[in-house]
Amino acid sequence: MDAFKSLIIILMSSVLVNNYVLSRFLGICPFLGVSKKLNQAVGMGIAVTLVMVVATAVTWPIQHYILNVFDLGYMQTIVFILVIASLVQLTEMMLKRYIPALHKSLGVYLPLITTNCAVLGVTIDNITEHNFNFVESLVNSLGCGLGFLLAMVLFSGVRSRINDSEIPESFKGLPATLIAASFVSLAFFGFAGVVDKLFA
Amino acid sequence: MNKNSNLSILLKGLLLENPVFVLILGTCPTLATSTTVIGAIGMGLAATAVLICSNVVISLLRNVIPSSARIPCYIVIIAGFVTIVQMFIHAYLPALYDMLGVYLALITVNCIILGRAEMFAGKNTVGKSALDGVGMGLGFTLALLMMATVREVFGAGSFAGIEIPFISNYKIEILTKAPGGFMVYGMMIALVYKLTHGKAPKKSEFSCADCPSAAFCGKTSCTAEKGEEK
Repeated sequence: MDAFKSLIIILMSSVLVNNYVLSRFLGICPFLGVSKKLNQAVGMGIAVTLVMVVATAVTWPIQHYILNVFDLGYMQTIVFILVIASLVQLTEMMLKRYIPALHKSLGVYLPLITTNCAVLGVTIDNITEHNFNFVESLVNSLGCGLGFLLAMVLFSGVRSRINDSEIPESFKGLPATLIAASFVSLAFFGFAGVVDKLFA
Repeated sequence: MNKNSNLSILLKGLLLENPVFVLILGTCPTLATSTTVIGAIGMGLAATAVLICSNVVISLLRNVIPSSARIPCYIVIIAGFVTIVQMFIHAYLPALYDMLGVYLALITVNCIILGRAEMFAGKNTVGKSALDGVGMGLGFTLALLMMATVREVFGAGSFAGIEIPFISNYKIEILTKAPGGFMVYGMMIALVYKLTHGKAPKKSEFSCADCPSAAFCGKTSCTAEKGEEK
């Protein structure tokens, strides 16, 4: 039961407290770029979640059974980015072959994910920052992906309201978007401490 | 000034084509490492070193790398240099290594570096690419430093760790946290636009035009959206 509880804590804290976009600033490019419309935001969020979990499932064993065993820890960055790039390609091909409907809706987002720092960030974080075991790493990646999805969905709602408002010339476009992001991030600030208190 | 003169290649990165405030590349490290002045300078210089090296090597190899496989090649070259810089900082500046943490490894996926490889180094001579790397790298460092100065002075009441009397009694702590990062960044972009009187090409919306992944997507949301708006 304790193991289960700790997994829930990891999940909740990666979704709400340490939200990758809003408190750790990873994956800002798609957050600003693809959050204009709700359906695109959802598509991108699901694609990122999928790739994060698959990437963790592959990079964790590589780190622990290949890099650590042969004392190649310094190759981490190169190996991980290559694994992620090829995984993204493979995922795209598999989806195209076996689930064409899903590929049609997610396909366009997949190539963008290769250079998404949130994916590389979560795989490295699982190993160096948190030192999670395999299951914990998977749960953490799932949580980070869901947190990303949540942030995208919330923000696409906020953005549709920005378009209707009168903004000073210099602030039009990106500056106004960033300031809106600041308020959304402020809202997530309220979750700090929730997880510790909830399960204490 | 001649648009292609060496001086203008060097200088355009500082303001008119500042990678952070005008091209809007590398947003993640900008927001994440600009909480302290020391961290910002460290991040800026580390990224500059990687950018110069990768620009030179990619420019040297520009006739060898087949264009269909160029993105994976660029990524491997960049990741190699990131690893070297990472090991160097770990060995000689361990305090900075701890401060930057995962963001150091994430220089690999910093859009500025891949973006300059795609936009400049893949098409220009070695000398010009090196200058572009220096200019863009310094522009990135300068932008980080400006953000960090605002955030550390008003948010923590200190500059590079040295406490400033008076201001430190009235610090606005939220500036050093996540919401402050977004806020200061938005204000800075607006300020740079105002200062350059619109000379700098402003991005009305975030677009893929300069995004290195644009080469991949072809028909992504961004271009699709533009089509719809027309």
